[in-house]
Amino acid sequence: MSNLEKYTNAFVTCFEVDEETAKRLKYQDISAWDSVGHMGLIAALEEAFDIMMETDDIIDLSSFEKGKEILSKYGIEF
Amino acid sequence: MWNFKSFENNIAIVEENSNSVTYAELSKLCDDFLQHIPSRSLVFNLSSNCLGALLGYVACVQGKNVTLMLDDHIDKELLSHFILTYKPDYLWVPNNKNSEFGGRIVFSECEYSLIKTSYDHEYPLYDELALLLTTSGSTGSPKFVRQSYKNLEANTRAIAEYLHLDASERPITTLPMNYTYGLSIINSHLMVGATILLTDKTLMQRDFWNFMSDQHATSLGGVPYTYEMLNRLMFFRRRLPDLRTMTQAGGKLLPELHQKFAEYAEKEGKKFVVMYGQAEATARMAYLPPEMSLKKCGSMGIAIPGGKFELHDENNQVITDTETVGELVYYGDNVTLGYALSGEDLAKPDERHGVLYTGDMAKFDKDGYFYVVGRKKRFLKIFGNRVGLDETERLIKSKYSNVECACSGKDDALYVFVNNSDLCSDIKKYLVEKTKLNPVAFHVQFLEQIPKNEVGKTMYKELEKFYDKVC
Repeated sequence: MSNLEKYTNAFVTCFEVDEETAKRLKYQDISAWDSVGHMGLIAALEEAFDIMMETDDIIDLSSFEKGKEILSKYGIEF
Repeated sequence: MWNFKSFENNIAIVEENSNSVTYAELSKLCDDFLQHIPSRSLVFNLSSNCLGALLGYVACVQGKNVTLMLDDHIDKELLSHFILTYKPDYLWVPNNKNSEFGGRIVFSECEYSLIKTSYDHEYPLYDELALLLTTSGSTGSPKFVRQSYKNLEANTRAIAEYLHLDASERPITTLPMNYTYGLSIINSHLMVGATILLTDKTLMQRDFWNFMSDQHATSLGGVPYTYEMLNRLMFFRRRLPDLRTMTQAGGKLLPELHQKFAEYAEKEGKKFVVMYGQAEATARMAYLPPEMSLKKCGSMGIAIPGGKFELHDENNQVITDTETVGELVYYGDNVTLGYALSGEDLAKPDERHGVLYTGDMAKFDKDGYFYVVGRKKRFLKIFGNRVGLDETERLIKSKYSNVECACSGKDDALYVFVNNSDLCSDIKKYLVEKTKLNPVAFHVQFLEQIPKNEVGKTMYKELEKFYDKVC
């Protein structure tokens, strides 16, 4: 699976949305992406890429697009 | 209930955009609001943590109207059901939702509008009735707790007293104001002339933390899940010199986390206050004094000022021995009037007479500190919200006929076992839609045979072994 697939998959699984919706998502766009859902998303991303995210990155991850930018800091390329 | 005149020049509210409102201004806004509504009207407030919602709430309490506090994201169908059941005279709604309702707008302020419905005092209201709040309402029943003016005032005073609140406090909102704990934070701080930092942002957003530090927040409150999030966010590493107090309620915190936050508080010279309460007791019944937080880790504390606890055994006899489990019974002026299930119930007087059987099983130690050890009734706390397991079963069975199901679980994880694998994802979607709780809380699993005893009762204990099986 490519990094983008793994990344997208985390959103699809956590928020139970299709890929197209996932790619446009921003925090609180859907009720599943609230603070509780955010915790789940972070855990899923950490597991998928075997990383441990910093607090600042966790609270900055406010959209699908922004998350890709943040993960690049952990050496994950899309 | 509040006397805003005593601190007219203090700032009452600061909003996310830094807009601030003094107590004199809040008072004036309330007067304007009350010009447009006759006293003893029934008002539904569709709230979020913003000035408009707060204004509607405060004005209604001051003007002796009865408010039902709801989340502005409430399911439309559910809201219609509540409106038909209670026939409110007015709705107080955010301007962007105006068009969803029929009726005439009679007043607009702070991005909220007061809509006159077609109902006109349809149900008589008991004179002492002040407020209606949801309890296990998250499963969609129109069951509300009836709170009186005396309830509100007694509980608010007790909270301000045991937390030693004064006008220098600046709490930041982390809980919705239609949730009893969130509302109690607002009530108690308005009583002492403090400054409430109102935000709808969550701990998971940078804007929240910026607002918190820019506005020098002195306290925050959270349910167990909030503390799990703070823990994950390495909260302990963050420099928050202005923060004085952290309160916790809405369910029992894991003892490890209790310990961790109590140690942090001690080291940093802050207060960590574990509390216990229910909407049925207005909000708070117990608190663990912060200086005892480490010594009595895992305890829910002692009764609030003016309150008293007893433990009752199965024969309703008072337990006098330490370390003996019984049902926790609370006495105090904050014990609410009772429930409302229909419009007619709004006329009902006090049905509890100051005594509340909490449904929690507890014990006390030799120093008189109480510990919750279990529950008498079948419910869970999901992210601080009470969810009835039997109610959830009924909800599923009424939606999907011919399905066998059993609900059980632990706090923050509700397990639904069904004997039809095709329905798993539908049921999960349905529960999320009805409860408005995050889907991660629901685990719907297929189980060919729901374990039952010889008389056909579900054996819930038997289900525990399936809890960690991935669906």
